[in-house]
Amino acid sequence: MSTVLKSSTEEVPAGPRADAAAPKRGLGSRMRKLNVPAGVGGWIWLAIIIIPVYYVVITSLKTQEGYFGQNPLALPTSPTLENYQMVLEADFAQYFMNSTIVTLGAVIPTVLISFMAAFAIVRGKGRFLKLVNGMFLMGLAIPLQATIIPIYLMIIRLNLYDSLLALMLPSIAFAIPLTVLILSNFIRDVPNELFESMRLDGCSEWQTMWRLALPLTRPAIVTVAIYNGLHVWNGFLLPLVLTQSPGLRVLPLALWTFQGEYSVNIPAVLASVVLSTLPILVLYVVGRRQLLSGLTAGFSK
Amino acid sequence: MSNAASTTRKPAARAARPKGDPGHSGQRNTALAWLTVPALFFFLAFAVVPLAGVLVLSFASWDGIGAIGSAGLGNWFSVLADPGLYNALGLTFLIMIASWLVQTPISLLLGVFTAGSQRYRAALAVLYFLPLLLSSAAVAIAFKALLDPNFGLATGLGLPFLAQDWLGVPHLALGLVIFVIAWQFVPFHTLIYQGGVRQIPRSLYEAAEIDGAGTIKQFFHITLPQLKYTIITSSTLMVVGSLTYFDLIFVLTGGGPGNSTRILALDMYLRGFRANLMGPASVIAVILVLIGLALALFLQRLGGKDKQGSQLEGM
Repeated sequence: MSTVLKSSTEEVPAGPRADAAAPKRGLGSRMRKLNVPAGVGGWIWLAIIIIPVYYVVITSLKTQEGYFGQNPLALPTSPTLENYQMVLEADFAQYFMNSTIVTLGAVIPTVLISFMAAFAIVRGKGRFLKLVNGMFLMGLAIPLQATIIPIYLMIIRLNLYDSLLALMLPSIAFAIPLTVLILSNFIRDVPNELFESMRLDGCSEWQTMWRLALPLTRPAIVTVAIYNGLHVWNGFLLPLVLTQSPGLRVLPLALWTFQGEYSVNIPAVLASVVLSTLPILVLYVVGRRQLLSGLTAGFSK
Repeated sequence: MSNAASTTRKPAARAARPKGDPGHSGQRNTALAWLTVPALFFFLAFAVVPLAGVLVLSFASWDGIGAIGSAGLGNWFSVLADPGLYNALGLTFLIMIASWLVQTPISLLLGVFTAGSQRYRAALAVLYFLPLLLSSAAVAIAFKALLDPNFGLATGLGLPFLAQDWLGVPHLALGLVIFVIAWQFVPFHTLIYQGGVRQIPRSLYEAAEIDGAGTIKQFFHITLPQLKYTIITSSTLMVVGSLTYFDLIFVLTGGGPGNSTRILALDMYLRGFRANLMGPASVIAVILVLIGLALALFLQRLGGKDKQGSQLEGM
């Protein structure tokens, strides 16, 4: 965690003269004067966010004795990685693999087929395409968690119960409406002349899609891939209902069962929390801007 | 699907007409229509069919393992006569409204705050967004440990009033759920507001400054009105999303103590997968869908038709 703090402050050096030097971008001139209540509020909120995170990280580095003996917010006197070792020995590498497989197996098809659909919706005309688009828009308004019982039934009937594929299929379906919406908004921004020139060159729509629309919408594709990826990675209900073997657990489910089994060993439980978040944290450190824009997906467009 | 195929063929017939808009000839439209088939297949199979299925199952009796029988209107009568439903409904709306009241002002102010150009604000924002990386399960587990009366925050900060039986007393558990939901989701809405604030034209503030308007006046007369659509977007996501706070509450309280945090989504799960009453659980699911649709349509109406879609997100 300390490396995160360091790298992020390096990236945005918070010098004492920052206030006076900053007004290049955005609301600069307005905010140049010190806004004391805002500053105080900002630091209070920081405390609310950071204290739990800090507690989780330092506790995960404590021994059981340290946990029971020390002040809960004190740094561990003898930091240890044995909790992490214990978590890894509890098959977390396997769960990590499962989560990765499910996330990739859901996100790649989602983005691919949604991109094709979005391209068709933007480029084509006719009642059928309007109908398809309308249906996807409706899908945005429905809390899809509510369909879990029929999904459970279908997955059993398809003989897919307790498999990773069972987690991918509904995840793909749930993600399609928003992905299509966002991608079609971006494809709509591609200048029509470009499409025209492709057509005059004798390209089919299929070729236009891959050679023109795909490269031009790549940023949007990365954005929705991240958004969907986070949702699938952190998803809990589908794995809870559709799998049961320990070997098929994904990380959030593994966390839950782990804390049930090791409820007396809080440092180990919190180590599992840290470990399951680590990959996304790495992503946050290396590509913060991309990740954050992925999180709001199309909402601020 | 056969229906769909025939609708796509219609424009094909029209294409026989000479010239006219060669870019959208019928052949092209048919080719394009095929491109939607994979997405359509998945969406129909694993979203639309289940949606219809949940309605059908609400009239069925099924224990989740054995054969499915018919229950007629029995499930509906029994669920509608069950005070548990009204408890869950009430809690769902209570948590929805409380979450909105807590999260909206905080996210709005933080959005404005982080959109400011001071470097320290940008640095704080990096940390503000950390909860976004955590799964609901992770957040719930972290807070359970944090609230331990002996080895958690209360002792760490030396604040005895934090040493309560948070998960054992109904109104405390409810308050805790609302707080933890805010902790987890305020960052997301802050991000949305930050984006909204950054799109406000700077010239508005410059003009206000010339007119001598102070920070507070500027906030109420420029920032707030300019954020109208952002507020609607964020509120829609918040309100519709609140129907699905399932994972967090499931891990944090399991609906307890008693039924004091058993919201609809949790009620559905517990009836279906714990009590093995899939029929009544499907009734709850149908109610959940109806509430979601009604809320989304209502909030969309508030925002006007022009921004259709972008405000709706049901997951």
